[in-house]
Amino acid sequence: MKEVIAFYPILIDGTITTIILTVLSAILALAISFVVGLSRISKFKIVRVLAIIYLEFFRGSSALVQMFFIYFVLPMWGIYFDALTAGVIAIGCNLGAYGSEVVRGGVLAVGKEQHEASLALNYSPYKRYRHVIIPQAIPVMIPTFGNLLIELLKLTAVASLITISDLTFMAHIIRVQTALTLEPFLVILVIYFIIASVLVKIVDIIAKKFSRGRNIMIAGEN
Amino acid sequence: MYWSWEVAFDVLPQLAKGVVVTVQATIVASLLAYVLGLGIAILKMSKSKLVRIVLYWTTEFIRRTPILVQLYIVFYVLPDYGIFFEAFTCGVLVLGIHFSTYTAEVFRAGIDNVPKGQWEAAKSLNYNQYETWKNVILPQAIPPMIPPLANYLITMFKETPLLAAITVVELFRAADQYSNSHYKYLEPMTLVGVFFLIVSIPSAILAMKLEKRFKQRKI
Repeated sequence: MKEVIAFYPILIDGTITTIILTVLSAILALAISFVVGLSRISKFKIVRVLAIIYLEFFRGSSALVQMFFIYFVLPMWGIYFDALTAGVIAIGCNLGAYGSEVVRGGVLAVGKEQHEASLALNYSPYKRYRHVIIPQAIPVMIPTFGNLLIELLKLTAVASLITISDLTFMAHIIRVQTALTLEPFLVILVIYFIIASVLVKIVDIIAKKFSRGRNIMIAGEN
Repeated sequence: MYWSWEVAFDVLPQLAKGVVVTVQATIVASLLAYVLGLGIAILKMSKSKLVRIVLYWTTEFIRRTPILVQLYIVFYVLPDYGIFFEAFTCGVLVLGIHFSTYTAEVFRAGIDNVPKGQWEAAKSLNYNQYETWKNVILPQAIPPMIPPLANYLITMFKETPLLAAITVVELFRAADQYSNSHYKYLEPMTLVGVFFLIVSIPSAILAMKLEKRFKQRKI
């Protein structure tokens, strides 16, 4: 264990990389979730079809395959990304597909009378979604988004396979340097668990904040 | 760089071998996940608070940490303790255990949804614990669980490429090996992606249909 602790600088570097990767891909995934999720309920058929193609494509093929495709195949067509960007794009696009279902479900869960009320107030579609529908849909979405965030964090470990020097990558370096096997991986497992638990806590706090004063079920309470 | 059918056909036989391993891994891992998941779900209803707390944190730990790292641990560490498993066995074990923590939630929800009266009825029939589960609870709890369990089957199928990281030559690694020895990246990786789409899109549609069917039956 002492040998592993001696490598703490690279463990800290790895942790920071993992966190950066998580945050950037989460932002991308969230943006994609809303764009694709709202496209799924568009009036225009072509937009709906495009959204479904996106969803099925990224949900249907494996994340690791997508990552390798972006990092190893796209350069053959002259599209170069550095490893971190490739990882963020792959993770963001992949989780964005799952997230779009959450957005769609959340928006559809808002009662029909809310749509009608905002129509009666002569709100434009933008105003209707911005001020009436989405604010009510968000509390419903948060718990599921929280679960997806943990999935996202776990997926960042896979990014070590395209040479991103995240925690998992660093654990390999320590394993090779010290010939220890259990300790480096155990240490990073604990770090991952801590990061995940902090994320769970943050999502809990956000969920409480958003549901305050609203009569909406929070997951797990039923 | 352009698509070459020659390369595509050249790599196909190796991919076909990989597909077999991928399918085998998916089936064995999912069976393990279902059996273990059911066990965890039943244990989680234990009367002992200690058992429940230990189980809760163990499953949370498994759920909140990456499969890839768990794979490395089992693959690299077990041999140190004199336990030698094939890479395939390691991979299947980890996948199965990891997803059993997810299926356990499905089982728990399914069991919770069986009305309380059914438990009481079983008691009044003087059924013992085994008979209660086998004749009363499980037959009612299982049908609504089938769609979510099917979804986890698809998820596990899409996670099998991770086994490549511990040298299991499944579909993804078969493609990667070909790529590295022939310097052809486009065709093998595209074919792998296409294969995953071919399998997972129809099965997702099937799972959706199952969901609708079981919902209707409930009403």
